[in-house]
Amino acid sequence: MTAPPAIELKGISKSFGPVQANKDISIRVMPGTIHGIIGENGAGKSTLMSILYGFYKADKGEIFIKGKKAHIPDSQAAIAAGIGMVFQHFKLVENFTVLENIILGAEDGRFLKPSIAKARRSLIELAEDYGLHVEPDALIQDIGVGMQQRVEILKALYRQADILILDEPTGVLTPAEADQLFRILDRLREEGKTIILITHKLREIMDTTDTVSVMRRGEMTATVKTSETSPAELAELMVGRKVLLRVDKQPAKPGEVVLDIKNLHVRDEKGVERLKGIDLQVRAGEVVGIAGVAGNGQSELLEVLGGYADGTGSITVNGQSLDLTGKNSDGQSRRARGIAHVPEDRQREGLIMDFAAWENVAFGYHNDAAYRSGILMNNAAIREDAEGKMERFDVRPPNPKLAAKNFSGGNQQKIVLAREIERNPDLLLIGQPTRGVDIGAIEFIHEQIIALRDKGKAVLLVSVELDEIMALSDRIAVMFDGHIMGERLPDQTDEKELGLLMAGITDTDKPHSVEEVQQNLSFAGGDQGA
Amino acid sequence: MDVMPKWAEVILVPLISLVLATIISALVILAIGEDPVAAVKLMITGALGSSYGWGYTLYYATNFMFTGLAVAIAFHARLFNIGGEGQAALGGLGVALACLYIPWPHWSVALVGAAIAAGLFGAAWATIPAWLQAKRGSHIVITTIMFNFIAASLLNYVLVNKMRPKGSMDPASARFPETVQLPTLHDMLAPVGIEFSKSAPANVSLLVAIAACVFLWFLIWRTRLGYEIRSFGSSESAARYAGMPPFKIIMVTMMISGALAGMMAINNVMGEAERLVLNSVEGAGFIGIAVALMGRSHPFGVFIAAILFGFLYQGGAELALWTAIPRELIVVIQALVILFTGALDNMVRMPLERIFLALRKKGA
Repeated sequence: MTAPPAIELKGISKSFGPVQANKDISIRVMPGTIHGIIGENGAGKSTLMSILYGFYKADKGEIFIKGKKAHIPDSQAAIAAGIGMVFQHFKLVENFTVLENIILGAEDGRFLKPSIAKARRSLIELAEDYGLHVEPDALIQDIGVGMQQRVEILKALYRQADILILDEPTGVLTPAEADQLFRILDRLREEGKTIILITHKLREIMDTTDTVSVMRRGEMTATVKTSETSPAELAELMVGRKVLLRVDKQPAKPGEVVLDIKNLHVRDEKGVERLKGIDLQVRAGEVVGIAGVAGNGQSELLEVLGGYADGTGSITVNGQSLDLTGKNSDGQSRRARGIAHVPEDRQREGLIMDFAAWENVAFGYHNDAAYRSGILMNNAAIREDAEGKMERFDVRPPNPKLAAKNFSGGNQQKIVLAREIERNPDLLLIGQPTRGVDIGAIEFIHEQIIALRDKGKAVLLVSVELDEIMALSDRIAVMFDGHIMGERLPDQTDEKELGLLMAGITDTDKPHSVEEVQQNLSFAGGDQGA
Repeated sequence: MDVMPKWAEVILVPLISLVLATIISALVILAIGEDPVAAVKLMITGALGSSYGWGYTLYYATNFMFTGLAVAIAFHARLFNIGGEGQAALGGLGVALACLYIPWPHWSVALVGAAIAAGLFGAAWATIPAWLQAKRGSHIVITTIMFNFIAASLLNYVLVNKMRPKGSMDPASARFPETVQLPTLHDMLAPVGIEFSKSAPANVSLLVAIAACVFLWFLIWRTRLGYEIRSFGSSESAARYAGMPPFKIIMVTMMISGALAGMMAINNVMGEAERLVLNSVEGAGFIGIAVALMGRSHPFGVFIAAILFGFLYQGGAELALWTAIPRELIVVIQALVILFTGALDNMVRMPLERIFLALRKKGA
């Protein structure tokens, strides 16, 4: 190819304090290709893209765009150079229309009307060219997540971007929506756009990219042609050692019913019904996975079970009913009943980020006889216990005095897991066990969950990662809009069927269009916004 | 991995802030045509140069320790109690009632009784905003500051209409009986042969304040209640997950906070004035906020910061007395110290962190 690279980075370095986020990184992205950048959390992918987009200034190194040396001090300059960015967390104004969001920051003059008219015209053109249809006058809060992402892409295209950077774009999408996103990306590539896809999901890289660059600990460890590599090789490059991508487990031996939920309803603080009559059982010695797009009631289910949201209906654990509204509906009472809970958001709920690791080991169990002496905390005992737990769960660095915020995501999660699993609970609630956790730690965390199951304990798993649900669960329940749409066995279902259930479509044998999926999801999403 | 070593965090940052505040203050003094060096000298000799000066410095410091601790404990639960002024005023009422209407046999028993009364009154005054916060979500900053005004009005009413001795024109209570007079530092140090000024108001309450510092340290870092308070203050959502009851934590924390602020009255009302006067708190409740900020809500930090502010108060009074520097400028200097040590903390911290990073890199 004779054309200069669309983007070329030479020797980019950037450090934040003692942390070197990017170390001498060089990369060439050829025009008209989809270039994947893969790496674990904290590998430096986002930092690198932020440098390219003008959010950070590199300590060292040069940027070339289409063969010309570029200076990108801010995002305005990046946009002028033809770079568009679609962030993981959308930057949209919820109560503006699609059109208003698209022109936001790119208004032509003092008055809005001409800009809107112009945007409307070019939106129609863009829709024609790339198959990116949106409803220009819909409010952002009324459309689904997949549509919102499309608006973000259109925003970039409207600003004449021919290099698009997508940061973890599928994190919030159902499989069907993700598929459609990749079709759009294919189309954009055909039209000559260059796409950089940042992700930590190996499958997306293998399915869509032409070239892939792997980052590890701030360094670019390899750039290879996607057709010449394999998931196992990429995983090894990411982690720096061989990893087991599949969870090794024996078939479950389910015993007595431990958790029995009947007709559970939950309303949130605003009075919106989030769980609309849930029936679910979890037996001893099995993992039941709850699949679903985030925000369809999974969090509320965990909160009620964990004792910090009120509900109506009945929940029994080992045959004895739980108090759902009264005095004994709190985390302390739940723990006393043998329920341990690894919450979905470890930084907001599972840990006190400012506390030392050893203090976090007692969190939630500070009234436990082993951790106290009278009204005092038995700090010596807690410290000793923390040391043992951190060693057994391979928390690195193994320093109990370090504040929780100074550990990486995976090690923070291991602290929470050690605390909850070593309680030897009858029922473990675990939400998003590997969100923001590196591949090496994922393997370990999955092993621990299966080990608990094999000890004859009941595990209720909530995850938005379908792969994880498929890999760990002995039974899968799919949630949509506060209902359980159905239960499936992992070896008798596939992603497509689960994906349809996640969008509230139960007649999964018949063909369904993506539009139907999106309409359903935006309906459920609209309910949330209310 | 923290960026700075602990000693730099705890000592160097406040110290540099203080030096900066001093430099700006010096410039201000220079600008009104006075000699800053002479002014600083006068402040130091006035506040620390004699046992008389020390007596006043420590007297003020005692007040600030109580109110500073009150703000600090509330900070740990992320509650901003700016009602120390009102709680201390009510504490004064408690002390006055205890001293006037209970015939105490000896000052030591009276001190215990008065401290309990002060604590109860202060705590009760803090309970109402706490309840409103915990149950109704009314912001504690708004309610506590409004309760300062209610407290002032209440004291006004009580002193003018109820406690004023017949025939007196002064809106103040009767003098406390002599049996409840607290020993001053002069009385306490004389037996061990140390000469201490007779007329300085510092008294045995100082020891109670120091004990309160130790007690609070113990409460925050060693008890289960302290653990719950700190957890709740760091992350309400995590405390909810852990099953720590927010209602109980808010109520108990604010009661302890109010009690500490109230107990200030054993120093100013019982120890110094020996009767209850109008506006007996004299802004110590607000200074407590600055003291807690500068002391980083740590009881030991509060102790040091309280002494510093005691020095500023006494030194400032000396300046106003002996120089043409107006009283208002003293307030400016105090404000600068608060500004630099409290609000502009990051201005000093950031460059320092960078220096330490560079040093570490070189060392590595």
